[in-house]
Amino acid sequence: MQTDNRPLSPHLQVYRPQLTSVLSICHRAAGVLLAGGSLLLIYWLAAVASGPEAYATAQAVLGSLPARLLLFGWTLALFYHLGNGIRHLFWDAGKGFELRTAYASGYAVIASAVVLTLLVWILATTVGGA
Amino acid sequence: MAQFRLPANSRITEGTTWSAPADSKRIQRFRIYRWNPEDGLNPRVDTYEVDMDSCGPMVLDALIKIKNEVDPTLTFRRSCREGICGSCAMNVDGTNTLACTKACSEVDGDVRIYPLPHLPVVKDLVPDLTHFYAQYASIKPWIRTRTPTPPDHERLQSKDDREELDGLYECILCACCSTSCPSYWWNGDRFLGPAILLQAYRWIVDSRDEATGERLDDLEDSFKLYRCHTIMNCTRTCPKGLNPARAIAEIKKLMLARR
Repeated sequence: MQTDNRPLSPHLQVYRPQLTSVLSICHRAAGVLLAGGSLLLIYWLAAVASGPEAYATAQAVLGSLPARLLLFGWTLALFYHLGNGIRHLFWDAGKGFELRTAYASGYAVIASAVVLTLLVWILATTVGGA
Repeated sequence: MAQFRLPANSRITEGTTWSAPADSKRIQRFRIYRWNPEDGLNPRVDTYEVDMDSCGPMVLDALIKIKNEVDPTLTFRRSCREGICGSCAMNVDGTNTLACTKACSEVDGDVRIYPLPHLPVVKDLVPDLTHFYAQYASIKPWIRTRTPTPPDHERLQSKDDREELDGLYECILCACCSTSCPSYWWNGDRFLGPAILLQAYRWIVDSRDEATGERLDDLEDSFKLYRCHTIMNCTRTCPKGLNPARAIAEIKKLMLARR
């Protein structure tokens, strides 16, 4: 029997996306985004240290609409990664493995990420006055 | 490195449609992965229309009906037809399960059936599980002892110690969980995967086994154990309702505890 040309059975192509796998890949994606976002934070800190002119430029760049959209995305990624990171800590302690619990904690992480992100942006635009 | 696209010889084409008899009233369509090692063609998906009024309730019943009455070349594994042998594990409606315990009525619309994901296909719905079984053998799934066997009785176990094995001994090694795990898809050559790690834990917690240290030594490896990222697809898909993700977490805890 020929065995060297066996096809590989389909995987991503047919496997149903479900909360377990979707939240997992989002955690990784959020981590990658945050690594990129931290460069922006470094840019802002460097601008603060360089003097008033650089600071004013940085404020203008970061205050533009595209930058704000990106910052909103990063805020969401930050709170999602934070919440799901805590979820992982519970798992590392051996807790929360019942399927029902894992789904509940997954939905809780999504909800908290959205709520905290909105809260930060409401505070930033009203109190911060930016 | 993860290869997300299927290799050229594995991409799926549209196959033929087999219509149900004209007098059928309640038709359900089964879209089934086919690959024939003899014809040199790529895999295809054939569509079988089945009259559900003359078919048993489970997906396996439909497969057997198709094989008996429509297309005898359709190839799949099956044996016990009651969820204890694990032979008919396959991907039904997007998740891995046993065809014999999955009701056709649970599926909305067409029933899409593929072999267990990311494995070499022998024919149609029959995947090659050689590597999976080799990984199972690698964890030495038998009792290992140093003390001499008691001369006049078996190696006994308290009720509490026996209870440690609940949720582990029921595993039938159908490979649904391992082949649902993206990490096993990308690193299955070296990552043991949920089924084998659950079996490893089954022997680690067995109070009669005296090789716990060696067993943990064998798993202390960035690939064998630690490619598990707690995705939980394994627990989500287990047709026996077991929890491989928790078993793996318990192994990780034991690794930490003995540092």
